[in-house]
Amino acid sequence: MKKNLKYNLTWLAIMVVGYVVINLLEFAGIIDQFGENTMVLIGINIILATGLNLIIGFSGQFSLGHAGFMAIGAYVCALITSSVATPMGMAIGMIAGAAVSALVALIVGIPTLRLDGDYLAIATMGVAEIIRIILNNLKITNGPAGLYNIPLLATWPVVYFMVCVTTLIIVNFIHSRDGRAVMSVRENEIAAESMGVNTTKWKVLAFVIGAATAAIGGALHANYIQTIAPTDFGIMESINILIIVVLGGIGSITGTFVAAVVLGLLDMILQNFGTLRMVLYSLALILLMVFKPSGLLGTWEFSVRNLFNRFTRSTKQKGDA
Amino acid sequence: MQQLVNGLSLGSIYALLALGYTMVYGIIKLINFAHGDIYMLGAFWGYYVINQLHFNFWLALASAMLFCALVGVVIEYLAYRPLRNSPRIAALITAIGVSFLLENGMAYMFSSNVRSFPQVMKVKQYHLGSVSISNIQILILAVSIILMILLQLIVRKTKMGKAMRAVSVDPAAAQLIGINIDRTISFTFALGSAMAGAAGVMIGLYYNSIDPLMGMTPGIKAFVAAVLGGIGLIPGAAIGGFVIGLLETLMQALGFSAFKDAAVYAVLIIILLIRPAGILGKKIKEKV
Repeated sequence: MKKNLKYNLTWLAIMVVGYVVINLLEFAGIIDQFGENTMVLIGINIILATGLNLIIGFSGQFSLGHAGFMAIGAYVCALITSSVATPMGMAIGMIAGAAVSALVALIVGIPTLRLDGDYLAIATMGVAEIIRIILNNLKITNGPAGLYNIPLLATWPVVYFMVCVTTLIIVNFIHSRDGRAVMSVRENEIAAESMGVNTTKWKVLAFVIGAATAAIGGALHANYIQTIAPTDFGIMESINILIIVVLGGIGSITGTFVAAVVLGLLDMILQNFGTLRMVLYSLALILLMVFKPSGLLGTWEFSVRNLFNRFTRSTKQKGDA
Repeated sequence: MQQLVNGLSLGSIYALLALGYTMVYGIIKLINFAHGDIYMLGAFWGYYVINQLHFNFWLALASAMLFCALVGVVIEYLAYRPLRNSPRIAALITAIGVSFLLENGMAYMFSSNVRSFPQVMKVKQYHLGSVSISNIQILILAVSIILMILLQLIVRKTKMGKAMRAVSVDPAAAQLIGINIDRTISFTFALGSAMAGAAGVMIGLYYNSIDPLMGMTPGIKAFVAAVLGGIGLIPGAAIGGFVIGLLETLMQALGFSAFKDAAVYAVLIIILLIRPAGILGKKIKEKV
């Protein structure tokens, strides 16, 4: 933790600068209401996709059920903020949503994470569908009509703050001892196990953290869009998040950011094409995958540490010369 | 008993679709997400040839199978072949892209309205005691079973079938003994897509309505059926399809129609936990 403090502080500075710059642009009128809307949606997608990237990219478990955990977060937070419509309520809602989602992920994960590859994908998809169908039939969630008049609490600064927090947590987790254990499971489960790594434990932990971030994403979604219904959290939503992860490069958090921004902008530009929008979107997706199968960035990661190292190395070389 | 009949006819549609999934998965380990949309294309083809060219049912069925086989081969050639050696998840995303393209392309060209399928056959109800069967249900059941037997014969008895089995066991070794892998995979796609086309025309006749998004849910259910039966195994897909069809109609008959999909997934998860390779799948021991 201490070792990473310098890098974390640098990141913090970058985040603060980013916030100030965006606020200035907004103040100057360069980013209008429509632009802010796009930014919030991109932010929510980043939160959802980094969580899924932790599960798929770093622990190597193929989950197709991310939308189910997103739904739990969205409903729990919406129910809480509907009665306590304050930023405090929003915070409690997000924490409660993440906690419930993590609990469900724990219960579901322990038996199903024994399955591998596509069997796990289909089992997690089944779990997400069961969650959706339960939400569709409960009284408290208002059935198929869903919840509406949810207070607008996920404003732009809140979403920005949560993007920073979840990314910091996940990146620090990946770079810790625990994170290396998780990655060893991805690289070779048998080898990891024989080195004394409790593979089930780390797989479940990554799954639970991913589910908790999905819940936070869902909570922000609910309090930004202001209406939620079970149909919002179908298989297509899981697939949309998966597309961001794969397009950016599996196992690259930077790639997830880039892909979320690229897809968000693509979506914004294609708004003008009406019904042709999805046709062009799917064509772009196929072409990108055919010509760049490893994703936009592969496993490349933007890292402050490397930047620092390069900087110190180049100054040292200058000194030598 | 009545539910058994309904369940069997629904199940045979799932089984036909599941066969396509299972064969493609068996040979290139790809979840072909676009398979459900090929079934939709089959239904639309049937709609047009019956309405415009006044084909009878059998001609529509055969031409839809031919058309879908062609579409399947073209999709494989353009979208999946370039990705044969890349990570499997990339191929999966491409399959999802193809699925989006087919759905939205059809919605763009033909509007997303629900259309009623032309009734080329007069519906007759036969009563056997308390059970009533329509001639369409008998037709679906008979055609599906004939197609499944034919498929099993192709895979078991012909040279191409032998090649398919060889490629699915070990592509590299198959290539070494002179099997043309590309042609074998194309043939697999053609067979699977033809089955989906037949299912599309029959479901159009049975439910009497088609739309560009009709392939999504049955596609996913059929994949679940393939996994349930043991993916990669043709008899497994058939069993899985019938199990899911029966389970769905049973839940509906018991008055839990809101939970019928949940029941399907719950059974799937339970079976996977007990038998991780599906009902008929053999458990392969991990070797270090």
